[in-house]
Amino acid sequence: MNTISIRLISEPLSLQKCYEFVDDPTCGGIDIFVGTVRNHTQGKAVEKLDFSAYSPMAIKEMQLIAEKVLEKFEVFKIAIHHAEGMLQIGDIPVIIAVSAAHRVAAFEACQYAINTLKETVPIWKKEHFEDGEVWVNAHP
Amino acid sequence: MQIEVLLFGIIADLIGESNISMKINSGSTIGDFKKYLIANYPQLKTYTTYAIALNEAYALDRQIIQQQDTIAIIPPVSGG
Repeated sequence: MNTISIRLISEPLSLQKCYEFVDDPTCGGIDIFVGTVRNHTQGKAVEKLDFSAYSPMAIKEMQLIAEKVLEKFEVFKIAIHHAEGMLQIGDIPVIIAVSAAHRVAAFEACQYAINTLKETVPIWKKEHFEDGEVWVNAHP
Repeated sequence: MQIEVLLFGIIADLIGESNISMKINSGSTIGDFKKYLIANYPQLKTYTTYAIALNEAYALDRQIIQQQDTIAIIPPVSGG
């Protein structure tokens, strides 16, 4: 049985698909983290975000995170789905869904997954403002 | 040997390409590659925060580059 679902796609992500993938009768809890595009950063209004990826490596790194989660936490299944391309305010760039028999493991695994994704997966976002664009994190 | 290097994010903007071709000595390491890179692209001297990926995995400076390997320069990531 497949316990890991990894996607990097240019279409809108589906909460329903992530939920249905991880859901199982043996699980008493499903934790889902949804990242959303917010309309401001450091006091400045954001118009949209452009996500680009080193796709084959991003998929490998997300797979590694999923495998690590299954090893480290008592969880059953995990889905890590990330969008690429131009996203508008309110759009969803990332969904992480985890199912477990008990809720503590689900909460911890989900948090670990998103925190690690933000450190290791080769995906970059460029913020678009009214007066220009900036790569996030790239300016020391 | 000739190697192809993939560029992303701000590094691609600084160099002005999404991939570059470089000539390096056989038996070069990732650490050697980083030196060649700065020698050939001085605009990277002031911008040194990046990781190197070798065949789609993060690489250490001591790893040796072989013919047909894929190298990528990974600036600070910002997914999620």
